[in-house]
Parts: sequence; structure tokens; C-alpha cells
Amino acid sequence: MATVVELHNETQRARTLVLDVPDWPGHRAGQHVDVRLVAEDGYQAQRSYSIASAPETAAVSLTVERLDDGEVSPYLCDALGVGDGLEVRGPIGGYFVWDFAQGGPLLLVAGGSGIVPLMAMLRHHAAADAGARAGVPVRLLYSARHLGDVIYRAELEQLAACPEIRTSFALTRDAPPDWNGYRRRIDRAMLEEVGWPVAEMPHAFVCGPTPLVESVANLLVELGHAPARVRTERFGPTGS
Amino acid sequence: MADTPFIARGFHSRRAPATPGRLPPGQYETRDFPVLSAGPTPRTPLAKWDFTITGTDARSVRWSWDELRAFPRETPKVDIHCVTKWSKFDTTWEGISVDTLLNAARGGGVQDAPFVMAFSDGGYTTNLPLADLTDGKAWVVFGYDGAALPPEHGGPARLLVPHLYLWKSAKWVRGLRLMPNDQPGFWEQLGYHDRGDPWREQRYQGDA
Amino acid sequence: MQAEELRLDGNAAGGALREIFARDVTAAIARCAGCGATAPMGALLEYGHAMGVILRCPTCDTAVLRAARTPGWTRVDVVGISFLMIPENVANS
Repeated sequence: MATVVELHNETQRARTLVLDVPDWPGHRAGQHVDVRLVAEDGYQAQRSYSIASAPETAAVSLTVERLDDGEVSPYLCDALGVGDGLEVRGPIGGYFVWDFAQGGPLLLVAGGSGIVPLMAMLRHHAAADAGARAGVPVRLLYSARHLGDVIYRAELEQLAACPEIRTSFALTRDAPPDWNGYRRRIDRAMLEEVGWPVAEMPHAFVCGPTPLVESVANLLVELGHAPARVRTERFGPTGS
Repeated sequence: MADTPFIARGFHSRRAPATPGRLPPGQYETRDFPVLSAGPTPRTPLAKWDFTITGTDARSVRWSWDELRAFPRETPKVDIHCVTKWSKFDTTWEGISVDTLLNAARGGGVQDAPFVMAFSDGGYTTNLPLADLTDGKAWVVFGYDGAALPPEHGGPARLLVPHLYLWKSAKWVRGLRLMPNDQPGFWEQLGYHDRGDPWREQRYQGDA
Repeated sequence: MQAEELRLDGNAAGGALREIFARDVTAAIARCAGCGATAPMGALLEYGHAMGVILRCPTCDTAVLRAARTPGWTRVDVVGISFLMIPENVANS
């Protein structure tokens, strides 16, 4: 049983919930929680949400993107208020997780709200000392429909100022006229340009809508990356 | 999670206003048609597709796609109810009454039996009493909403048994196996009800 | 919208699996009884939606694990797992 201690809007559609979870055992970057909502008439809905905060941060943050026809996300994005209780179970996950012990280099590929667990990984990376960070270079490729949908944009720009972190963005629906990034869906050529060469043997983490995740994972394997080094987390059709 | 649930302040499910008397207990009406599937979409080419009814002594009849579609067609308009609590009203279908197929099967020597296992491409199965497939209560349908039944909803053909929960309306159906004793199918093995009457809320094994 | 677009993976079933195995098994490696391929449970394809957990082999689509929680019982069918390797617990998972 968590309590909402802070809320902030990330984009028009995405909001971060900062939670105080009693007896929280700590978590690993990439893990998620299951959120259950029960209405007065007993109606229940349950969804999984990735933890956005680094393991080093005491409070647990979730970033939720509102699905227009969603059942749970509109409640979490619009109705939930500071001080409200929220039933969460977790942290959950031992496969789609990254900690420093695994090493690098890291290839992070996000579609839409798939950026959330990867952001936990980036924040975990940023919390380490300079020596450790230098030993694990990171390349992020983040695909979104519009620039306004890019979550954590300012923070990602700051991180990109670090020499060991490189960020690339692909906008798939429309882009501002002065846009320097990609203006199309992620494809093989893009992955070859911004990803690590196969010889570097990166740890790849791909997260977002199911079709994007499967397409990217297949392309990475086609390019020669070992399947065991390409980890995936599917968010479903629209990337909830 | 806790057994006494925490009530989330201000949370309620979306519910479209329901026509009284049409909704079985515990259901809510949807205007969508959610796609739920226990596996990937099968893609059997129509030239290889057939529908089989097998009796207890292993006698069977089999029809090709064209042969099945040659039977007299019906266009049922029915409400459907999913055990995950959504109901959809006035869905329209086109297909062959199971009565027609069973009569043809009997003519081919297939013996009746009290229970049926419907089986589908991809390995899905569901069991139900024969009595729930007869007397105008069930169809093998290949049309939905005026067009060919799309693969995500079970095309080329699915079973349609609207008076029972929708998991009994096996998608991608390939036949019926008549059985002397009831045996659980895919979801029934995992605890779902052998019959599945939404008006008696027979969702799970043990529900009266 | 096809089933393939809607499917998730073993990560999404992680909470439900933890209730069955009393520990996180998303990193456990399962060998598919259908084709012999091995994969972490988190990498299996999940199709159960609200009815239960159906985890399928990404190589051959065999149902590796099926489970559903209904009043009084959780039923689990692991006929599709011919071998399971569970790593030693890492803290917090």
C-alpha cells in the first residue's frame, strides 16, 4: 500500500507519480510494479508500470502515459491526487533489469512509454561515480510520435552532455522544421548508424509497443547481435 | 495483494448505460470488440482447410471450405458475453447452424454423444454439452458484421455459441469431437466452467 | 488488431509467476518441451490477458506454461517445460 507524495506532468499525456511505499525493499533498474485498482462496487483492474526512478533514490517513481480508451491510466493521470493511497505489488522482474555488475556497453531502444524502464537504467548509470560510468558507455535510441510526446526530454539532453552517453531520437508522425533527428520509424539502417557495432557485444534492452519491440529485436539479431544479449519488454499494442 | 482490498478513491470502471435485463450478472456493456487470444493467429490456407465432426466410434465426416459454405446459411444477430466481464449487444454473423452440420454428420454415420470438444487450429479446445449446440443455439460462422470474419476474431471460421460465455465460441474452429464423457478443454483445465452459462454466472469450476 | 500485436512477454506475468513459484522466475531459463529451445521466462510470449497466464515458446509457439487463478485454486500446467534452471536470488528480485 503506497501513498502518493508527489505528482508532476512530464508531457501532455504522461505523468510521474512519486510514491512512498512502506517497507520497500529497494529495486533494480528495469523492474516494474503491478498496480491494482478496486472500485466501491468491487470492480477491479490491474496493470503493470515500470519503475522510473533509480535504485539509488528512496522514493519510487512511476511514469504513466494516458491511453485515451484506457481504464487505469486515465485514473492515474487525472484523478489520483497527492495523499491518495495506491495498491502496488513489487518490485517484479529479474530478466529485463540492468545493474553495473552486468557491464556494458549499453544499447537502449525505446518506443513511446518504453523509455520508462530505460530511464531507470540511465538514472542508475548517472548515480555511479565517474570511473564506473566511463566504463559503461551508453547509446539510446528513442522513438516517439511527436516531439511533445518525448518524456524526460530535458533530463535526456543533460545526460547527453556526458561523454559516455549518446542519445538519438526518431519522430514518426511529425517533427519541427529545425529537427535534426530521424523522421521515420526505427529500421535496420538507423540501428546500424546509432547502435553499437556487433563486435562491441553490447547489452541491448528494447522496450515499448509490441510491434516495435519485436521488429527492433529481430533487426538487432539480423545485424549479428547475440539473441541472449537482446532483452525485450513488450508493452502491448499501444505501449501503455 | 491484500485479501481485503483497498478501495481506490474515485475509481470506477467505464460503463456504457446498459439496457436493463440484457446484461447477465457481473457484466458491463462495451461498444468495442476486444480481441483476446490464447496464442498466435493461425493462418491455414483455405485450400487446406476442412471441418470435421467425429463420433465416438471414430466415424467422421469432413467438409472442405467450399463444401461447408454450400450448406444453407443463417444470419444470427446475438449478444455475446465474455467471461472477462464485457458484453456486446446485437452482433451480426453469417454461417451454418450446427444443427445442419450435425444432421449431415448423422447422415454420414456419426453417432451422437452427450458432450462435445470443439477443436481449433493452434491447439485450442473447449468442451460443452451437445445440448448447448443444438436447437438453433449455435453456428459455425464465417461472416461478421457484413464482411468476411477477420483472422483476429477467428477467421476463416469460428464456432458461435452466444448463450454461453465467449470462450466456448472457439476461434479458428476446425471441428467437433463428440464424447461420451465430459473432458475439459484448454481453459476448463485451468479452472473455467465446463458449461459456462453467463445468466447463472458459471465462470469457474464449481460455480453452480 | 492481431494477437501478435497484443501479446506481451513473461515480464508482464512476473507478478503472477511470483505468486506461484514464491520467487521471481522471470530470469529462470526454461527448456521448451515442444522443440528444445531455451529462453528466460521473461522472454516467453504472453497471451493470457485477463483469463490467465499463457506463456509460449518464441521458437515454436508451444504453450510452455499455462496458469489461471480461480476461486479456491490456482491451476498450473507446466507440461511445456521440460527443464527449468532458476538462478540464485539476486537482492530485490
